[in-house]
Amino acid sequence: MENVPIKVASLNHYFGTGEARKQAIFDIDLSVAAGGLTVLVGPSGSGKTTLLTLIGCLREVQEGSVRVLNQEVYGANEAVLVGLRRRLGFIFQAHNLHESLTATQNVLMGLQVQGAGNELKARVATHHILDILGLSDRRDYLPGNLSGGQKQRVAVARALISNPEVVLADEPTAALDKESGHTVVKLLKALGAARGTTTVMVTHDPRILEMADRIITLEDGRIVADELS
Amino acid sequence: MSWLISLVFGRLPIGWLQLTHNRGRFIAAVSGVAFANLLVFMQLGIMGALNDSTVAPYSLLNADIILSSEDGNTLTDSGHIPRVRMFQALSVAGVAQSAPLFIGNLPFTLDDGSTVSLLNFGVDTAKPNFASSSLTGSLRSLNVENTALLDQGTRGMPRTVIDDLTSGGKFSFETGGNTLTVVGTMEVGGGFLADGMMMMSDQTFLRFFPKRSSRAPNHILIQTEVGVATDVVVARLQNALPAGNIKIQSMKDAAANDLIYMSTKRPTGIIFGFGVFMGVLVGLVIVYQVLSTDVADHLREYATFKAMGFGQQFFLGIVLEEAIILGIFGFIPGFIVSMGLYAGLVSITGLPVMMSASRAIMVFLGTIVACSASGAIATRRLAQADPADLF
Repeated sequence: MENVPIKVASLNHYFGTGEARKQAIFDIDLSVAAGGLTVLVGPSGSGKTTLLTLIGCLREVQEGSVRVLNQEVYGANEAVLVGLRRRLGFIFQAHNLHESLTATQNVLMGLQVQGAGNELKARVATHHILDILGLSDRRDYLPGNLSGGQKQRVAVARALISNPEVVLADEPTAALDKESGHTVVKLLKALGAARGTTTVMVTHDPRILEMADRIITLEDGRIVADELS
Repeated sequence: MSWLISLVFGRLPIGWLQLTHNRGRFIAAVSGVAFANLLVFMQLGIMGALNDSTVAPYSLLNADIILSSEDGNTLTDSGHIPRVRMFQALSVAGVAQSAPLFIGNLPFTLDDGSTVSLLNFGVDTAKPNFASSSLTGSLRSLNVENTALLDQGTRGMPRTVIDDLTSGGKFSFETGGNTLTVVGTMEVGGGFLADGMMMMSDQTFLRFFPKRSSRAPNHILIQTEVGVATDVVVARLQNALPAGNIKIQSMKDAAANDLIYMSTKRPTGIIFGFGVFMGVLVGLVIVYQVLSTDVADHLREYATFKAMGFGQQFFLGIVLEEAIILGIFGFIPGFIVSMGLYAGLVSITGLPVMMSASRAIMVFLGTIVACSASGAIATRRLAQADPADLF
């Protein structure tokens, strides 16, 4: 049986209530197989981010079905959603690093959510991923002392440190220079290849499109193109 | 500190790091908690002094039961009781001895013109066992007319006079047209009703209070027979003595009732009690403001943690960690400054303002509870941290 970590069926989503109610997602069906880099593209307001947040269990599924890691999200209680989110990795457009934690400590949070303490093993793993992302000399820096690109790389490290089964990323390379952006996407692809990690990414970055395994185009809340690279 | 908190919580000390990241705000928050602690300590200290000074005179006496006038409020704020009750009481089974106790306030003008108010206890020197054991020996000297024992802690009394008295000297002064000679000292301390206390024979007392009658002392003290329960004798006295105008209490109950009266009926007790409440309220508001602002400032970070899968317990843990840190760090300076102010108050007023271990522990635990309560309220703002808004 094929491993399909993300399966969306007949998904509709609305914002607002009453006369202000507006539909953002229209009857989307989508399956994403394990591994590989799937990119969501489309103009602003096309529903990319809404779809991403629904897959990420960050919004309540109103109509249709969203299955993530073989668990139905529609109607699931908060404990199930929290449990699922722990198996996902999130990379946000804004880094959202904790300003009072060092780079190492911010990344450690990605392990502590899994129950790991502050032990040496976790620190070694944290240092290792920071080294890969070219931040070995910035481990003990607070976010306030890092550049925008460095902060984003720390955020990427935080999302990847726990070896998530699915990574959901929203414009992760927007704040990165060409080399850093390339490193991040390469790392995500390498994870997909080595561990079967599935990455779904919203991006406008043409450099990433070149590296994507699959490109899904949304317009006005509908999938209008679905291409394998 | 980080290491210790990590050990306690089994995770990164986020609360500690968050608080100390903005040192100015941290110092302001700690100062606020310390100030609230100081307020509470000072009010409790003065209230404690009021309580201690209220019951301190009981330490001069050695009796099991006290008969008082129904219209009296406390030991030192009492009406008069017919002496005949003393003899009636002696006929009640279980009563071994009884003695009258006279109480009155006497002013004493110092050489510099200032007046010291002295609360006088007139006792029957023929029954020295009604005085505390430390005074039994000194009571004999009070058989000489117009002599008294003076409280060493009398407020405003020159130190040289006290030193002279404790080394065996005597000190005479004029009051009420008579000369009173102090022949020894005792230790009680000043209170809110008088600057100090004196003990004299009932005969001397009546000379200095000519309007008072030997037939109407303020209280009648009773000692019970060995092996007879005080409560049983109190009940028998209540049956035997005429009802309506007499209060019969064990000495322990009388002291407890004096405390209740002073702390709930007298304005001073109510004011100090209100002061404690205000101190707690100030602390609650300060900690709530600090934590609530802190949560608001970190909403995006908290939303990120929520998205990552951290549950409500985790956030509650952070805020409570911060609350406890503020409580501990605020308590320490609050406690130290209070100790200094207590010492200053004792030196200036002579009031028994003491820092007891139980008070320190009580205020510390109260601080932690109040800070935690503020923290728990502040966590309501966490609901605003919506991870969906991060995308």
